[in-house]
Amino acid sequence: MRIPCPHCGERGNDEFFYLGAAGLTRPAADAQPEAWHDYVYLRDNPAGKHSELWQHAHGCRRWLVVTRDTRTHAVFSAVDATP
Amino acid sequence: MTRISTGGLIDRSKTLRFRFDGTNYSGRPGDTLASALLANGVRLMGRSFKYHRPRGVLSAGPEEPSALVELRSGARREPNIPAPVVELFHGLEASSQNRFPSLGFDLMAVNGLLAPLFSAGFYYKTFMWPASWWEKLYEPLIRHAAGLGRAATEDDPDSYDRAHLFCDVLVVGSGPAGLAAALAAGRRGARVVLCESGPLLGGRLLAEHTEIDGMPGPAWAAATEAALRDCPGVTILRRTTVAAVFDHGSYVAVERVADHKPVPDSHEPRQRVWRIVAKRCVLAAGAFERLATFGDNDRPGVMLAGAVRTYLNRYAVLPGRAPVVATSGDDGWRTVADCVRLGIGVAAIIDRRSEITSQQRQLAEASGAQLLLGGRIARVYGGTGLYGLDVEDAAGKRQFVSTELLAVAGGWNPAVQLACHLGGKPVWSEHTQAFVPGTLPPGMSVAGAARGTFGLAAALAEGSAAGAAAADGTGFAGSAPAVPRADDAATTPAPIWFLAGGRGKAFVDFQHDVTTADIAQAQQEGFVSVEHMKRYTTHGMATDQGKTGGVAGMAAMAALTGRSMAETGTTLHRPPYTPIAIGALAGHHRGKDFRPTRRTPAHDWAAEQGASFVETGPWLRAEWFTQPGERTWLQSCTREVNAVRGGVGVCDVSTLGKIEIVGPDAGAFLDFLYINTFSTLPVGRVRYGTMLREDGFVFDDGTTARLAPDRWVMTTTTANAPRVLQHMEFVHQVLRPDWRVAFVSVTDQWAQFAVAGPRARSVIAAVLDAGFDVSDAAFPFMAAGNFTSLGGVETRLFRISFSGEQAYEIGVPSAYGDALVRKIAAAGAVPYGLEALSVMRIEKGHPAGGELNGQTTAMDLGMGRMMSSKKDFIGRAMAQRPALRDPQRPALVGLKPVKAGDRLRAGAHLLPRTATHRIENDQGWISSVAFSPSLNSWIGLGLLANGPARHGEIIRTLDPVRGGNALAEVVSPCFIDPDGVRLRG
Ligand SMILES: [Zn+2]
Repeated sequence: MRIPCPHCGERGNDEFFYLGAAGLTRPAADAQPEAWHDYVYLRDNPAGKHSELWQHAHGCRRWLVVTRDTRTHAVFSAVDATP
Repeated sequence: MTRISTGGLIDRSKTLRFRFDGTNYSGRPGDTLASALLANGVRLMGRSFKYHRPRGVLSAGPEEPSALVELRSGARREPNIPAPVVELFHGLEASSQNRFPSLGFDLMAVNGLLAPLFSAGFYYKTFMWPASWWEKLYEPLIRHAAGLGRAATEDDPDSYDRAHLFCDVLVVGSGPAGLAAALAAGRRGARVVLCESGPLLGGRLLAEHTEIDGMPGPAWAAATEAALRDCPGVTILRRTTVAAVFDHGSYVAVERVADHKPVPDSHEPRQRVWRIVAKRCVLAAGAFERLATFGDNDRPGVMLAGAVRTYLNRYAVLPGRAPVVATSGDDGWRTVADCVRLGIGVAAIIDRRSEITSQQRQLAEASGAQLLLGGRIARVYGGTGLYGLDVEDAAGKRQFVSTELLAVAGGWNPAVQLACHLGGKPVWSEHTQAFVPGTLPPGMSVAGAARGTFGLAAALAEGSAAGAAAADGTGFAGSAPAVPRADDAATTPAPIWFLAGGRGKAFVDFQHDVTTADIAQAQQEGFVSVEHMKRYTTHGMATDQGKTGGVAGMAAMAALTGRSMAETGTTLHRPPYTPIAIGALAGHHRGKDFRPTRRTPAHDWAAEQGASFVETGPWLRAEWFTQPGERTWLQSCTREVNAVRGGVGVCDVSTLGKIEIVGPDAGAFLDFLYINTFSTLPVGRVRYGTMLREDGFVFDDGTTARLAPDRWVMTTTTANAPRVLQHMEFVHQVLRPDWRVAFVSVTDQWAQFAVAGPRARSVIAAVLDAGFDVSDAAFPFMAAGNFTSLGGVETRLFRISFSGEQAYEIGVPSAYGDALVRKIAAAGAVPYGLEALSVMRIEKGHPAGGELNGQTTAMDLGMGRMMSSKKDFIGRAMAQRPALRDPQRPALVGLKPVKAGDRLRAGAHLLPRTATHRIENDQGWISSVAFSPSLNSWIGLGLLANGPARHGEIIRTLDPVRGGNALAEVVSPCFIDPDGVRLRG
């Protein structure tokens, strides 16, 4: 896979560290246990478009949100995780 | 000798000597091992896998399933190398495989008589029953029979390289289509990489009698190579096979840099793995001629008709006397034509068809051959070498023909493999009678025979167009390229030749000895899908991956089930295209070079002091310092502990992760990372902190000091240093992007030493530059500050203690680490290593690696009360889960053997004293042990159910692996100075 880092340009996936699904919102400190359970453990596993967190660990060290197709690895976008 | 006196791409002025199975032979530069053996009249080159059938060479390329040899000897011995791809060199040594005791007489050939035992699915059936036979009979039998050649048993003496290339257009294959594509793209200025698996560019042009632009094929290939070298952006990689296609235009190719030499030149890698990133790819990998199925189609002397042409034209070798050509279409007639041109008499021509062209009739007459239209091969004579055939004409009239060479033309399969590596399925083309590439990887186009376009003029046109289009697509537009001109007659593609009947086994996989009978059995037993059939029969699963026989097996299944080839389909192609040496993939990453070795700034000093080093991650750390007279590590370690507790010692702690954190929100950031509060820590103070993962389990621990209102320095454990930094980056960039904080790892920038013991202060005072007050009043326990040492060198001092003694950690920029440690030692501190450090932390009950194992909570480790309830922090919510707060969870305790001298073992299970030794009674484990010189006893830390409430109880420590069964008393994890008098002293 090649990932287009918005800071460094297109790089091989061996420069990146993979974490998992992006777009999760960390619950408030006083949120119900169910909300925390969902945040920590529950993940979608879509066949298709999926946004994930990758860190450009051997590059700019920024965390990125990479949206790709899990079936074809086609990358739709890669943006910095900090809005 | 069967060498033809003229022609071929060999150098008759030089002689190369080589050995095969201990016999001396000679060949010519330009030969392969296969062509040289054939030139010497050697037709028997190997024995087959299951039946030990005698085998010769079938093909002239990497698709070879039969003539597999062990190449070289000793540490460089390599098994299963196809003889047709081995470039001959002087002194080459090769031996045949899978024969005992000799190639000509093989006792294991009796397996052929046991064929029913080895039929389809034999792995799944024969060896299943009775189960007790497995160990004694079946496994040794399989081990003896499995595999073909023997791998070297010594370390590989060669080196392997890895390199990267970026280009606009990658062209795979340098046959007519590939050369035309590379030239069209190169002339437009695109960066082109052309990969050719052989030593010469040209592909089939080197093997066929052709003419392009008025030049013989090989001459045109050479002229085109010269033209490519004039294009500045073109890189030509010879002896380089593109082995795999990955996403987004990534390709892996293997260059056999020195395989054509006896040994690599000095400083030369044997092979190099290229990672090529290409915007476009033109696949011009050509095609593989497929075998035809008939009884005994594997006898030495039965060859592919195209391979016969390769040996005739490229290597000037006639592989056997009085050849017979059998063809299912026009293609075999090219072999007849070459024989006629070279004056070789053809014994017979069998054409599957009843009608042929008038030119073909003329060729048949000129060749002197008997012509059998609509005929077939009824019987093959010759076990270790073909000597004759029974051929049958259309009317069924049978006759014997004396021959040593049967050239079979059963059609060609496009080399679709690379087009399928991303999951694209090949599709059956009725027109070409073959599977052709279907959905292609993005950016790839296919030209020439790989696409099912078998004519020369058409391949050149397709190649030119594909190369131009690929260049266009990468921004190198231009006018239409001049297409090289060739006049070849249109030919009709040959259908698959499936000749049921005939005598003997009809093989569809030579390397795995799979026959049409096996396919039939798979079909009868319901393994009809080609993917099931493949696995049940192992058809197409050998090192050649079914390049010659794959489609023949599918055709056999199609015939049995009455389905079309399109309905039957084909199996998936996966990387690699041809086998790759593991060494090539590993590259330089082997042995000590597997990963970098990190040495601390005080490494040389430690080595001088007699240190034994241990690897902790990439770091080398001193375990202990052996002094004269010490025979065991325990003696050294005990002396070091006593030196610290009785005086003063110094330990290199530079490997601990150090992260410097700055910014107005740094305090809030630390509060969010740690379970305890840091924002309230005054400047000039340091605090111990624990971090959790978001799931509530302990992640890491260490100390963080506040050096200025907005500047902090954190330490992490050695093992977790990279992960903690990454975690902080995640927390800041993803969870708390608004916070004004920045941080950077400074682990490599600072050398740091622990100085510990009752005399630590005097050593520190002696090491610091004059004028600093480090008295207890001025610099108390948990103080931190900036000083200078070594004459003005910036120095950080922290009064923290891991040993429980009066202790400091002192840090200087790395370049001064060596000087500082020498000064500390000169001031009287005794070097101590990781073992002594560990003994003292166990004596103090500080959790470390054994306790911070990712499965323990802060409560488990006795740090539950450190968790602030006044703030949010990572892991806070999940740590509150009832199950994690259950007092029955194993929690930290100290353990002391009841019987003096009993040894505790890390990993031992903890059970109630009288409980039976069963897993249901398991209540925890010992996580760390040490021999405590201070207590003169083995001691341990462990995690015991409800442990903190059980101090004083006697429990059993059970270590079934090492036979340990000692009673121990549950005690406080802090064995020494529980009130902390010493560390505040
Ligand atoms: Zn980047």
